[in-house]
Amino acid sequence: MSDNAARRLSRMFYRISIAIEAGKDHLSDLDGAIGDADHGITMSLGFMAVNAELAKLNLDDTLPSEVFTAAASAFLDAVGASTGPLYATAFRRAAQALKQDECLSAADQAMIVEAMTTGIKERGKGQRGDKTMLDAWIPATEAAVNARARSAGGPEMWNSILEAAEAGANSTRSMVAARGRAARLGERSLGHMDPGAASAVIILRAMKDTFGEGEPAR
Amino acid sequence: MQRFINNPDEVVEDTVKGFVKAHADLVRLGSNPRVIAARHAPVGGKVGVITGGGSGHEPAFIGYTGRNMLDAVAVGELFSSPTAKSFLDAAREANGGKGVVCLYGNYAGDNMNVKMAIKLAAKEDIEIATVVANDDVCSAPPEEREKRRGVAGEIFMWKCAGAKAALGAGLEEVQAIAQRAIDNCRSIGVGLGPCTLPAVGHPNFLIEPGTMEVGIGHHGEPGVRVEPLKPAAEIAREMVKVVLDDHGLAAGTEVAVLVSGLGATPVNELYILNDTIETEITGRGLTIHKTYIGNYFTSLEMVGATLTVMALDTELKRLLDVDVDCPARL
Repeated sequence: MSDNAARRLSRMFYRISIAIEAGKDHLSDLDGAIGDADHGITMSLGFMAVNAELAKLNLDDTLPSEVFTAAASAFLDAVGASTGPLYATAFRRAAQALKQDECLSAADQAMIVEAMTTGIKERGKGQRGDKTMLDAWIPATEAAVNARARSAGGPEMWNSILEAAEAGANSTRSMVAARGRAARLGERSLGHMDPGAASAVIILRAMKDTFGEGEPAR
Repeated sequence: MQRFINNPDEVVEDTVKGFVKAHADLVRLGSNPRVIAARHAPVGGKVGVITGGGSGHEPAFIGYTGRNMLDAVAVGELFSSPTAKSFLDAAREANGGKGVVCLYGNYAGDNMNVKMAIKLAAKEDIEIATVVANDDVCSAPPEEREKRRGVAGEIFMWKCAGAKAALGAGLEEVQAIAQRAIDNCRSIGVGLGPCTLPAVGHPNFLIEPGTMEVGIGHHGEPGVRVEPLKPAAEIAREMVKVVLDDHGLAAGTEVAVLVSGLGATPVNELYILNDTIETEITGRGLTIHKTYIGNYFTSLEMVGATLTVMALDTELKRLLDVDVDCPARL
């Protein structure tokens, strides 16, 4: 069984699922403070559905872009609320970006982060400072782009990405929600970390752990 | 609080199961278990009328499925938008070949999932037109009406559009009448006590004893102000004032009035409110054509009530009076 790019991505989704599952109650508690407390449950359902779908693929014969496409439709069919369309669009954009280059190099990894952020922005019409998952995804993308610009290697790039995402998620504590369900709470949302930003950090950490395992054997 | 539930994570499944058993003469479960369809749906040659929304608002949304009403409803988790797939499957169940109109409330999740469903449906040649309800006056100022949330006015929108479609109108006509119906609706909610999602176990907002939240939303969204609790007549006067000041209706206009409990308010208190509501509305020179009182659109066990006033014209009045059969009482 050779370790190919599709297999790495499948492992990445599996890691995300495990990490979300472990953080499920914490995410739901964060959501309980400013939303309806189901974010952990929702995310966990979504990534379990992704894993179930990926298990049906013959990964030896699957392109990385196809893994993201399958993930997008599985996530969308399993999850409602805003989270379903947001991550489904993120995965679709990642799939489109990967079609240009399916080798999953460090540059491709940066491209995945960037494309996912574009998808979330596009679907949610949100921006930085709205107290949403974008407050983790946008700084993560900027870190990825900067790391590529200074020709940083994969591990260094992922360290910057995660650091930026964590700082971004922490910054949501001092924001008043402008979008999504929490926006309906206005100033009641002040002081709480946005659960969507918190789960974005979990996802990015699992991505970092997967890609940090080094290049696949060729 | 003590509740009648089995597993907190299966509240929606169990609700839907019991609902379908109770109303098998009117509705059926779709091939997607998160879709309720009218027994007769789809009707060939008729525009399909669908909606969708989070659970916990029963009898909305599922209870308005039936003859001359909604053809199918997408069912979400408690207070959470249905999936794009469920909206798509609701459209499939309702599609009689003349297109489908999806009439839903203005919430971020619903907007996104409906948009994605429209794209998916287009691939199989099902045209979905939409109307987004935004009748909740206190959720945004008049100049930002497009930001307002949809609440109980949706029921009037469904009823007028359902009747129009049943009378053989085309997709654009049904969409136009739904738009006119919701444009003619204004609503306000007043909250006296919070509600709790069973899986969470504690209320996700608080209303201090002795106070009320004027302008509260259907999920406990904050209102425009918190005030000391007042006698019902004063609250009713305030509700009518907020709604009609925003409405700006000419004297002589005929209206339909809907007073809904939010889940844990006794129905007799709705009548107490209505005593003053009727006096205030007619005192402004308006004529009440019809009044609906009861638990029409709830928010789990929230204590509180909503008032919706719809201005009628000849056609809306005729459509509102079309006879319907659905699990909710209309």
